[in-house]
Amino acid sequence: MSHSNRTLQLDEEQRLLHFLTIDGLGKEILTEILDTSEGFTGVSERTIKKVPLCRGKVVANLFFENSTRTRTTFELAAKRLSADVLNLNISASAASKGETLLDTLHNLEAMHVDMFIVRHASSGAAHFIAQHADRGVGVINAGDGRHAHPTQAMLDMFTIRRHKGEFVGLRVAIVGDILHSRVARSQILALNSLGVSEVRVVAPRTLLPSDARSLGVHVYHDMEEGVRDVDVIIMLRLQKERMQGTLLPSEHEYFSLFGLTERRLALADSEAIVMHPGPINRGVEMDSKVADGAQSVILQQVSYGIAIRMAVISMVIGTQNLRMQEVAG
Amino acid sequence: MSNNKTLMDAEAVESLVDIMAGKIWTLLNEREISNPLMIGIRTGGVWLAEMLHRELGLEESLGTLDISFYRDDFTQIGMNPEVHPSDLPVPVDDRHIILIDDVLHTGRTIRAALNEIFDYGRPASIILATLVDRSGRELPIQPDIIGLHPELEQDQHITLIGPDPLGLVIGSKTNRSSRGDEQGKDA
Amino acid sequence: MKKKKDISILGGRVIDPANGIDQLTDLHITGGKILCLGEAPNDFQPDYTIDAKDHIVCPGLIDLCANLREPGAEHKATIASETLAAASGGITTLCCTPDTYPVIDSPAVVGQIRHKARKAGFCRLLPQGALTQAMDGERLSEMAALKAAGCITVTNTYTPLANTLVQRRAMEYASTFDLLTVIRPEDQHLSNHGCVHEGKVADRMGLPGIPEAAETVAVARDLALAETTGAVIHFHALSSASAARTMAWAKREGRQVSADVAIHQLHLTELDIEGFDANFHVRPPLRNDSDRDGLREAVANNVIQAICSDHQPHEADAKSSPFPDTEPGISGLETLLPLTLKLVEQGVLDMSSAIARLTCGPADILGLPLGRLTPKYAADICIFNPHKRWQVASDKLLSAGKNSPFIGWEMPGRVTHTLLKGRLVYSEKG
Repeated sequence: MSHSNRTLQLDEEQRLLHFLTIDGLGKEILTEILDTSEGFTGVSERTIKKVPLCRGKVVANLFFENSTRTRTTFELAAKRLSADVLNLNISASAASKGETLLDTLHNLEAMHVDMFIVRHASSGAAHFIAQHADRGVGVINAGDGRHAHPTQAMLDMFTIRRHKGEFVGLRVAIVGDILHSRVARSQILALNSLGVSEVRVVAPRTLLPSDARSLGVHVYHDMEEGVRDVDVIIMLRLQKERMQGTLLPSEHEYFSLFGLTERRLALADSEAIVMHPGPINRGVEMDSKVADGAQSVILQQVSYGIAIRMAVISMVIGTQNLRMQEVAG
Repeated sequence: MSNNKTLMDAEAVESLVDIMAGKIWTLLNEREISNPLMIGIRTGGVWLAEMLHRELGLEESLGTLDISFYRDDFTQIGMNPEVHPSDLPVPVDDRHIILIDDVLHTGRTIRAALNEIFDYGRPASIILATLVDRSGRELPIQPDIIGLHPELEQDQHITLIGPDPLGLVIGSKTNRSSRGDEQGKDA
Repeated sequence: MKKKKDISILGGRVIDPANGIDQLTDLHITGGKILCLGEAPNDFQPDYTIDAKDHIVCPGLIDLCANLREPGAEHKATIASETLAAASGGITTLCCTPDTYPVIDSPAVVGQIRHKARKAGFCRLLPQGALTQAMDGERLSEMAALKAAGCITVTNTYTPLANTLVQRRAMEYASTFDLLTVIRPEDQHLSNHGCVHEGKVADRMGLPGIPEAAETVAVARDLALAETTGAVIHFHALSSASAARTMAWAKREGRQVSADVAIHQLHLTELDIEGFDANFHVRPPLRNDSDRDGLREAVANNVIQAICSDHQPHEADAKSSPFPDTEPGISGLETLLPLTLKLVEQGVLDMSSAIARLTCGPADILGLPLGRLTPKYAADICIFNPHKRWQVASDKLLSAGKNSPFIGWEMPGRVTHTLLKGRLVYSEKG
């Protein structure tokens, strides 16, 4: 896996060709993404919130699954790079007419799109598109099934680095629905690749993958034990439809066992930060006092998301440009 | 890069910077500019700007500009892997700016820097000071203040190394890393 | 009708596991049937001979499970295209699945399929009837009529029955007519929209998993139902070591039960799905190393008596989607024999046992006088060069389905001649 992901995502000189998953990407390239993002953080604070880097490039937001938040941050990131943005909400158009994913892809390529940002309900969709895209067209995974959401994970890493400086020595607890979470999978891979000392997952067994330890984490079923002394607590979103039925008996029981309260937060390191990919179910995943409290960095995550996406978009477009020149030259 | 030779050592560079400081001071007086905002272009320009800023005793904090996002050769060389954020401490609107770079060659770096500054706001004026003004201009850009004007062959390049100690080196244009930042510094 | 040719196959290594034969000898055929091995009678004058020096001569292969797509999905494959592909792979008897459109749940469909197969003439086609009407999992099919039309087995194929009572009744009713009930064991509630093995690869790739228990629960349940009803059942396409162990237990207990495994399960594992290559999307899913090893052991011990292709040809579009959205299945007729020979190379099976799993093993499960070179039996023969190595290439596959995960693999053993009832239906030279 790691090997095939590396060869699909990186060129011979270890430059980013696509950004599909953290799997297979080493500390060096992840750090490069974080460093490049640092460069973009200032752009949002200027009079003209734009740099001309990707002027004339066309970025297509190919969203087969609705997500206004993620789509908006990608759109804003692309626009701040001066790229033109096409927003395609496929679930409403092509798919219902029986147009296949490949048809959609080739139609857009005929319009000379330079990049696809893909959100899809099926794991592996971004890989599929990257494998079938024309040379010179980059693909960024904006979330595929339960598989990966690498830009979300990187903005989380960015937030952690801003607050903690280093990854080495950190203990991180990820709490909630690990089983269905592409965010958690990408976070675990990124945290381990960047060299934190311990990644914990905290969840009931119904919300854990069958062999969670193989992901490189320590498994906790007790919230108090799981967050004790950690430096970072990442709360995951729990979808409403999963809260009643065969995975969990009720919201109430989930919150009483795994909800992040001030009392539980106090068990973590006194300078621990609290993160959440949003949107929060207050009173289900965490108490409002914690979400809005001093240790919460949830809103910073959102603003860093734009810098991360600017970094990844420009790195991928840059590498793909080079690839086209090699062909032309 | 083994065929590089040192044109100036740290001491020589520093005395050149002293002379530049004097010229800047004179120009500011001529134009009746007070409280200018000095901005160094990463990386060599920042080293020089730090020295000049100290020398001139400017009140306003020094600004730094990383023109990676404004380069016109992005499509040829891809993303610079060592980009830093630009840092302008105050709004540039209606300010008199002294822009500092190490080597003025093609003029493309300055073009990018001017574009970036104008994305921050509308300055009152910009003075350009460069340590080295060499031949090979591709754009109509001229410095207001220069430290040195060496005669170079076309295939030679001149680079400010540093920051400690500073030095000016001359070499031929071989052995370039494709990921490096040569053109940015050189341009 | 034209007189059937008399043929002598000379100098081959004849392997007939059912009769315990493995020797260099001649094989003579007359009137579409086996005449004898060794020296021909004095008055025997063959119409032609086949030089089988350095080749292996064995009974034609019997594949217990292949989906031929016709009627209803001719854009994927047809009876003509797939039976030719089967013949080129040394297969002379093919059990096709009833999940066609319409479903094989009426004598009319059985008749139509058998007619098409006879017209194509490459292979003996044994249509399997559906357990329930239109495979709805609720109403029993007209099994007596299906049997009269030529079905010898009834099966749920790829659609597990949700209702255990229907499963029980179907077994009981089938056993009334001595029809073998073929079950692909899967508890659909446990498989729960999964598409790969529930395990560490699924965890990492975020693909919904099918637990091993989806199979073992169904095997245990159906063994209990078979005991209750006295029905003879056959498990098709086992995928887990645990189910194989349960089978070993059932055999020791003397239960009337048999099992087969798809050949790809003996070579591939969950690790192969890394990279999201949809050609590795199969059902039941590829499981882990110990499952593969457990299945290999069960095949070696004859707990699993048959290896099948579980052939499922697809058009390119069926595999051109993100992994979970693709249709499962492998086009496997032409790699069945070579992949089994690979097991011999790897020391899993001796040559005679390998051939047994492809010939007399499945024949005995079906209770048919096939899969052996006994005199007077139908002269279904496969001749192959075990030394010839070849590379699987999609443009060389005769099947209309090019969906093979083995494209690019080097294979041992190439079929040179296939005879069906004494008639040459395939020869490598054309």
